[in-house]
Amino acid sequence: MPERTRRRSLAFECALALAAFALLALLPVVYPSKALVDFVIRLAALGIFASSLNILIGYGGMVSFGHGMFFASGAYAFGLLMQKAGTSIPAAIALAVLFSAALAGLVGAICVRLKEIYFAFLTLAFQMLLHSLIISWVPLTGGDQGLMGGIPRPPFLGIDMADQSHLYVFACATLVICLLAMRHLMESPFGYTLRMIRDNAPRAQFLGIRVWRMRLAAFVLAGAFASIGGILMSLFVSGAYPEFAYWTMSGEGIFMLMLGGMSAFLGPLVGTALLLFLNDVVTRFTEYYGLTLGVVILLFALVFRRGVTDFVLEAVQRPGPGKRT
Amino acid sequence: MPSRAPSHRSPQLNPAALADCLSTASCVVTQLTSGLIIGMLLFLVAAGLTLIFGVLKVVNFTHGSFYMLGAYLALTVYQASGSFALAVVCAAAGVGLFGLAFERLFMKHVYGSNVLMQLLVCYAFILILDDAVKLIWGAEFKSMGMPQAFQQPPILLAGGVIPVFYLLLIAVALAIGGLLWYGIAGTRIGKVVRAAAHNPGMVSALGINTGLIYGAVFALGGLLAGLAGALAAPVRSMAPGMGFSILIESFIVTVIGGMGSIVGALAGALMIGLIRAFGSIGFPLFTDGLMFLFMVAILVWKPTGLFGRDA
Repeated sequence: MPERTRRRSLAFECALALAAFALLALLPVVYPSKALVDFVIRLAALGIFASSLNILIGYGGMVSFGHGMFFASGAYAFGLLMQKAGTSIPAAIALAVLFSAALAGLVGAICVRLKEIYFAFLTLAFQMLLHSLIISWVPLTGGDQGLMGGIPRPPFLGIDMADQSHLYVFACATLVICLLAMRHLMESPFGYTLRMIRDNAPRAQFLGIRVWRMRLAAFVLAGAFASIGGILMSLFVSGAYPEFAYWTMSGEGIFMLMLGGMSAFLGPLVGTALLLFLNDVVTRFTEYYGLTLGVVILLFALVFRRGVTDFVLEAVQRPGPGKRT
Repeated sequence: MPSRAPSHRSPQLNPAALADCLSTASCVVTQLTSGLIIGMLLFLVAAGLTLIFGVLKVVNFTHGSFYMLGAYLALTVYQASGSFALAVVCAAAGVGLFGLAFERLFMKHVYGSNVLMQLLVCYAFILILDDAVKLIWGAEFKSMGMPQAFQQPPILLAGGVIPVFYLLLIAVALAIGGLLWYGIAGTRIGKVVRAAAHNPGMVSALGINTGLIYGAVFALGGLLAGLAGALAAPVRSMAPGMGFSILIESFIVTVIGGMGSIVGALAGALMIGLIRAFGSIGFPLFTDGLMFLFMVAILVWKPTGLFGRDA
């Protein structure tokens, strides 16, 4: 997997992130459209989810098929805290992320030592356990109806989440902050250790790295970030649904990575945007969404074998032979 | 989108009910039979899964969809011909052929690459098959109903109820299990398959077509899943997506029994069947959780499963 090892300074990346945030925040001012606002909020929630999955798959080489579990745990924990405990939004966010991180720690402790295919299937199995728990624990979760009745969104620090424009800016800010944090983590020694483990785990072990500890740390981090995506989604739909915990959530996450490409940091985000777009177009024309999506996935997995940003990177890098890849 | 039939279990922990059940012979017999048929259906699906993994080192995530396809094919043939035996044979053969085509046309291309690609191809096919079933048979729940030949009063044993059809199901599954075990352990073909699992390069160099073996193993796995689907058709309701929960359960079975072991699949399937049958009385809300706890305990105690060898 070719990767750009060129490092930019943190200050430069922060400036870049700030510019991206300003651009996103100003977008509805230039194009005032409800559909665009909805699209970007969903993109923020699912983009964070896909990028967090990339920590595991792209950087860690751990193919998790159960990542939707943490998206759902974030959404449900947040929704329940707001509905039943009446906490403030920041406190509920912090607690929901902590809860998801703890859940990831528990599941990760069991899963990260397993071989690749076992890991994929066992994470999936745990996700389905959460799903069946949500479905059957009706008094708490509302069963297959989801958390009904809306999530109360009391204003805090002058931010009123019930106002779509406030939610929009909040979602953009969360997206940019999370991406920056993940980027920084992946460019840190921890991120490079993770890449080394992916490429050659026994060698990392010989160098004195506790491989399973690093993997567990990555699993917990990815789970925590995924839960932030889930929280954003539950704020947007004002509820939480068992579909968040269903296996298709994880499948779509994996396909977003594949579609966008995993060698560029923003690949998963691009993949998320493409899949959301595809989703909106396909559901407009046919009710057989799975059939269409399945064919597109086969096309990418068997014919292209690469994501969109991979093609872009290749095209950009080919003319310059002196460039490091 | 939830894949399982809506359950009307009361969400509570009720160990007293379980103790009550265990103290009456009739309840024990009834739950034991119900556990046995859950286990036998699981065994047929899990045997295919474990066989494919043992030989190809690939986990076939579409295996649950094979099961679903078997059930629907059996429904169609049964409604057209009125013969349950024909329905079972056609479903098994049809899904077997489908498995062969799936392997030769698609899975074959992703053996060399990483797990991610295998996962994506399987994910695509789960989506496609679920929608194909919706397209052909409709999205609503379907049921076949008990075939005429088995509409007899159930056998009573110590006050417990055993439907006649359950006996057939258990007999067929055990017979298939025996055949499979003999085929792999005792015949020349079984030897070649085991050799191909161990060292495909060497087998190929000896002039044996390994591609053919891989295709055949997938076909056999599909055949078993189709058979399980057809046998389940009279006792289970059908809906698109029905295969996914049985995929998860049969995976748990293979983890408990050890990936690649037929005997392990049988042992694991029986345990999970019994846990489901008795757990649904004592811990209706936590039956799935119980299954997982059991799996985790086995994984921690013996990471390769009860009958698995390879570390």
